[in-house]
Amino acid sequence: MLLILCPYCQSRRAELEFRNVGAAHISRPSDPQTTTDAQWGEFLYQRDNPKGRIAERWLHIHGCGRYFNAIRDTISDVFVTTYKSGEPPPAMPSEAKP
Amino acid sequence: MSRFRTGAGGRIDRARGINFTFDGRLYTGLQGDTLASALLANGVHLVGRSFKYHRPRGILASGAEEPNALVTVMRDAGRTTPNLRATQVEIYEGLAAKSQNRWPSLEFDLGAVNALASPLLASGFYYKTFMGPRFLGSNKAWAKLYEPLIRRAAGLGRAPEAPDPDRYARRYAHCEVLVVGAGEAGLRAALDASADPHCRVILCDEQAEMGGWQLNAGSDDLVEMLETLGARPNVRLLARTQAFGVYAQGAVALAQRLTDHLAAPSPETPRERLWQVRAGEIVLATGAIERPLVFPGNDRPGVMLAGAVETFANRYGIRPGERAVVATTCNSAYGAAFALKQAGVDLAAIIDLRDKPDPALAANALKAGIPVHTASVIVGTEGHKRVRSVRLGKVEPCGIVKSTDSIACDLVAMSGGWVPSVHLFSQSRGKLAWNGETGVYSPGKDAPGQKTRSVGLCSGEFPADMRGFHNGALPTPDEKGAAKAFVDFQNDVTARDIRLAAREGFHSVEHVKRYTTTGMATDQGKTSNMNALGILSGALEKPVPDIGLTTFRQPYTPVTFGIFAGANRAGLFDPVRKTPAHAGADALGGVFEDVGLWKRAHHFPRKGETMHAAVNRECRAVREAVGLFDASTLGKIELVGPDAAEFLDRVYVNSFAKLGIGRCRYAVLTNEAGYVIDDGVVARLAQDRFHITTTTGGAGRVFAMFEDYLQAEWPELRAWQTSITEQFATFAIQGPKAREVLAPLVEGIAMENEAFPHMAMREGRVAGIPARVFRMSFTGEAGYEVNVPAGEGARLWPVLLDAVDKAGGAVYGTEAMHVLRAEKGYIIVGQETDGTMTPDDVGLGWAIGKGKRDFVGKRGMMRTDLIAPGRKQLVGLETLDDKTVLEEGAQITDTPTPAPGSAALGHVTSSYWSEALHRPIALAVVAGGRGRMGETLHVPMPGGAIPVRVVSPVFHDPEGARLHA
Amino acid sequence: MKFSLISLLKEGLTGNRGWPRQWRDPAPKAAYDVVIVGGGGHGLATAYYLAKEHGIRNVAVLEKGWLGGGNTGRNTTVVRSNYLWEESERLYEHAMKLWETLSDDLNYNVMYSPRGVLMLAHSIHDVQVGKRHVHANRLAGIDNEWLSREEVLDFCPILNPATDIRYPIAGGALQRRGGTARHDAVAWGYARGADRFGVDIIQNCEVKGIIRDASGKVIGVETTRGYIGAGKVGVVAAGHTSVVMGMAGVRMPLESYPLQALVSEPIKPIMPCVLMSNAIHAYMSQSDKGELVIGAGTDQYVSYSQTGGLQIAQATIEAICELFPMTRRLRMLRNWGGIVDVTPDRSPIIGKTPVEGLYVNCGWGTGGFKATPGSGHVFAATIAKGEPHPIAAPFTLERFTTGRLIDEAAAAAVAH
Repeated sequence: MLLILCPYCQSRRAELEFRNVGAAHISRPSDPQTTTDAQWGEFLYQRDNPKGRIAERWLHIHGCGRYFNAIRDTISDVFVTTYKSGEPPPAMPSEAKP
Repeated sequence: MSRFRTGAGGRIDRARGINFTFDGRLYTGLQGDTLASALLANGVHLVGRSFKYHRPRGILASGAEEPNALVTVMRDAGRTTPNLRATQVEIYEGLAAKSQNRWPSLEFDLGAVNALASPLLASGFYYKTFMGPRFLGSNKAWAKLYEPLIRRAAGLGRAPEAPDPDRYARRYAHCEVLVVGAGEAGLRAALDASADPHCRVILCDEQAEMGGWQLNAGSDDLVEMLETLGARPNVRLLARTQAFGVYAQGAVALAQRLTDHLAAPSPETPRERLWQVRAGEIVLATGAIERPLVFPGNDRPGVMLAGAVETFANRYGIRPGERAVVATTCNSAYGAAFALKQAGVDLAAIIDLRDKPDPALAANALKAGIPVHTASVIVGTEGHKRVRSVRLGKVEPCGIVKSTDSIACDLVAMSGGWVPSVHLFSQSRGKLAWNGETGVYSPGKDAPGQKTRSVGLCSGEFPADMRGFHNGALPTPDEKGAAKAFVDFQNDVTARDIRLAAREGFHSVEHVKRYTTTGMATDQGKTSNMNALGILSGALEKPVPDIGLTTFRQPYTPVTFGIFAGANRAGLFDPVRKTPAHAGADALGGVFEDVGLWKRAHHFPRKGETMHAAVNRECRAVREAVGLFDASTLGKIELVGPDAAEFLDRVYVNSFAKLGIGRCRYAVLTNEAGYVIDDGVVARLAQDRFHITTTTGGAGRVFAMFEDYLQAEWPELRAWQTSITEQFATFAIQGPKAREVLAPLVEGIAMENEAFPHMAMREGRVAGIPARVFRMSFTGEAGYEVNVPAGEGARLWPVLLDAVDKAGGAVYGTEAMHVLRAEKGYIIVGQETDGTMTPDDVGLGWAIGKGKRDFVGKRGMMRTDLIAPGRKQLVGLETLDDKTVLEEGAQITDTPTPAPGSAALGHVTSSYWSEALHRPIALAVVAGGRGRMGETLHVPMPGGAIPVRVVSPVFHDPEGARLHA
Repeated sequence: MKFSLISLLKEGLTGNRGWPRQWRDPAPKAAYDVVIVGGGGHGLATAYYLAKEHGIRNVAVLEKGWLGGGNTGRNTTVVRSNYLWEESERLYEHAMKLWETLSDDLNYNVMYSPRGVLMLAHSIHDVQVGKRHVHANRLAGIDNEWLSREEVLDFCPILNPATDIRYPIAGGALQRRGGTARHDAVAWGYARGADRFGVDIIQNCEVKGIIRDASGKVIGVETTRGYIGAGKVGVVAAGHTSVVMGMAGVRMPLESYPLQALVSEPIKPIMPCVLMSNAIHAYMSQSDKGELVIGAGTDQYVSYSQTGGLQIAQATIEAICELFPMTRRLRMLRNWGGIVDVTPDRSPIIGKTPVEGLYVNCGWGTGGFKATPGSGHVFAATIAKGEPHPIAAPFTLERFTTGRLIDEAAAAAVAH
């Protein structure tokens, strides 16, 4: 059970309050009709699956109801940071090898 | 007092005798005894049989690490608990325990014949045989003959035969410091931390009494420390509480035993409680576990760990034998020798592997009249159900062992040194570090996100007295001898087994564990892992730290399933959602079905009516008069804002920009892949306000999806949504008499057909209650859906029911609703669709807004495969015999006799008897279905294929005249 | 040495000193015709069938840790083929047929135990979905039969028969040939079998790079034990597939999640079959040793931590206690996690990749063990011939472009 800091509530809460909703910063093509099948397939299905830092989205479903972003280490599951939807991923010091 | 008790001392209450039975025999112990100490106090050493060879086994240890002494404790049929360690069971008046895994009795166990075949039963033997004879057919001998025999022989205790009637509880707690283990180090850590009154401290210990090894000494310090802690309001003391799992970010799970030690527990008290603690810092004070010595015959009853012997003697006042031998590689066992001497046990010898034991200890031993054999080992033991003697071996400087004297004894106290209990630290994912000096793994760096501190023996920093220097099996004169030197006692894994695995190429410690099963018994290798590593290290001629270590897994000791379930059982297993009219529907005899968490009335049988008769009657009522249906479970969303219409245009396939105020539109929702995921009706309440319905099961999903697009994808849109599913009760009044029934109840709405046409929405009052009334239909008849505040639902329901009754109508359930909509070819998401159907596939291509540049799913449904010819399409099916109702899910082929392995053209998605048409009807999805109208296809069934005709999915009133009536 | 009762007797009487290594521990050669990355069941089976069926014996299996140490050694060992879509039916039934003779084929007792897999239905919707499977399987020639509620309770008498519980039993689909097998033995048996054909099994050898020539074709792999040339490379790395494929610049539609499982202490036999309830997420069988083997869920986030939250195991045990109320007093002995690689449609990817000479077999998610023999068999054929085996053909990477998904889970979704 992870502890997650909701950037809207500014409160660290148990994972039970949150729903993970997958990769962050996957933007929907602005004009889908001009994309190829391959590009649309990429948008739908291709995901970074890093062993290390991942940018992902969470929904504070049993809290404020807001979607937000997080950077988390997928080896240790420790959150590096969380930030609001629409904000760019914060600049990070280069990743230390675990 | 029994001759197996000392005269005085210890933590038992000598004035309070307690009667208990073991294998049906009555014994007496003392208040404060564990079952193990009480049995020893009665001279009982034989308490179990081993897993594979059924060898007689006694009590090895005094705590959670015990591998042998597993018992079943019985209260009643539902309160029978197998596989408990006798060393952890507190006795109470009337306790009934029995031994396990033996037949017909513990004393005489026929399973012991396995020992005769033991040369065949070496590690992994079962992978090499039980495959034939082949003439039975491949795998048959295994499946039919050998496996059933093996299964019957395996297993330990028996599961209870009745459901467990006891209650279990769960609690959450937060603290700054959690201290695990209330031995001296843990107590001091708790005292230090709790000196700050703002620091919340939880101290837990698995034993009935806190104090750990201090309980052997009976020190005054202990009393004082516990009193101080007990007086501090910021301290919570949890005895009988095992910290069994450490999880991410300081989460620790504790299992607290509340009633197992009581003779007559109150049924009100939970049996156990799960604590889920979030700790700022985890202080581990879990101590150390003594390592057994691996020598031939080291498993006989009467062979015990030296520390356990000391504990039994000092804490429980036990004389575990008359004449003892102490075998050791470590100073601490001398303490056991002195304790035994103190308890009046005759000490036959101390057998020390080291050629130069601690001179002071050796001198003290000699002074006490105990012969000390240095550079010596035990090379064999005699005795069947109790050790009778040991054979002494002298280790020559060249390493050769010479067997010398036999020493009579009925107790062997052994010590191979101590191993820090790093299980919880390892569970926290901290890295273990090998300490070459002490020869043990100890806690290293914390894992990211964890803050732990190991104090006392578990830190690996322990006194030289507790170090053993020998890893692995003791040297023996003859490694080929028949006698077995056990490493894993419970699973009967010997030193030879481990060497065999190494010879066969199993070099990874994980492979050795799995191939030999060492460390996989219910003690999870607490006493065996280090010895197994040592033997493997010898066999592979590689230092221990190069071998690796198996992973320490949760739980530290076995944890009762019941505490995970807590009160979440039976009716409380999952929440139940009921509509405001539930009680009313129940009173009418409604039969409910589960849809998601909701209870929905499936049909309303009248006295003596079958389900089918009821459904047919309900359908007739709707088609001929009027029906009342509780649609409150439908998901409902209110969307407001200047850009609300734009948002709907973007998420639904339909267009809403031109939807007039007071008008409704059927709406289809797809995902970005282009597949139908939900449908409903969107009504425009005002220019900037919409009332949206979703499917019952999809409500939460759709709401979250909308929210996602609103917040993250198009944050510039000024539109906001609220779930109003539970704000409204929704009742459908459907049928030719719907208007006649509803109109007299309505105020403020012109009900005439022209004024309130199909797919319109009006606000007014129904039976005096403010209502949103939709004119819409999921039945094909003219009808209305009345939404009133949920709190008024129970009041409106009987009013509507009464009006419907008077008009000769009836209430109908979900099954009739399904039939009625199927007659009209209306789909149900999740039934006609299965996550792989596009709107066009299910005949909803017309709903797609023409000229919309983009909407969710538009690009997806244009992908190559989604526009390819031959996709499955929704059609109707009629059985040629006009009688047979097809089975839902049945497959459809173009031949009546498909070859096995043939592909299907599609399947039947919905199938009913249509009361309106007096014939069976079905909806199906069929490859290229719309191009197959009139074709005869086949539905192969076990009794032969059923011929069907492909028809339009709209069976009833294809022109839709009735909707507009 | 052939394994048999005779060899067991002979060795037993001579102190078990003559058993040879079950597979060699060779140093890597400079190059192989085929290098398989990943020494789990699927990778080892691939190597075995490459050697046995296609005569390609100059093969290495590279394993970064110990054989079978990934999901092969961490799963709940269920074997069944009662899938819904024809593509899946063919794949899993192909595996099932191989299971039926696998012990003989490998001369290694993999303990395939066809005790029946019973999938419960608790609601009308569950019954509809279950029956659709039964009908589809019958057409495909796969055994799967519908049991009424009473028949379910007869078949598995320890199930909770109460009707006043939250999810009473409504019926179930039974595949009698389904059951379990011994997971470790599958890895070891394939390893020994492949080794006997000359395949080099190289443990503690982690692939650090996939090397391509100027034309982009794969020519070898860089490993912790040096460069190894390869005519073809087959990646069978389960949860780590994205990482390995990334070395060749290929992005995969995969996400890796921790999947948990747990066992009880051993008890005398009480479970006659494998039982699954998809509706309340309970999956249980009993091992030959007597442990109740229970499959739990995945955590909700991508992770390589091989561990997971207590709440996952808790939810599963809750469901088990509800279905089997006498288990409440039993105890959890061990709880562990693996890393499963999940595709968007939860069906595997088997076949060629955009890189010439590079093949991939992944995405088995939570259900790969049952497919092990079939997966290895069709992947070996795909590598050997350079074109997809007919059974593997639908499971291409391209389906995520064309939209021809094989979505088993979506078909069970509930709405209305």
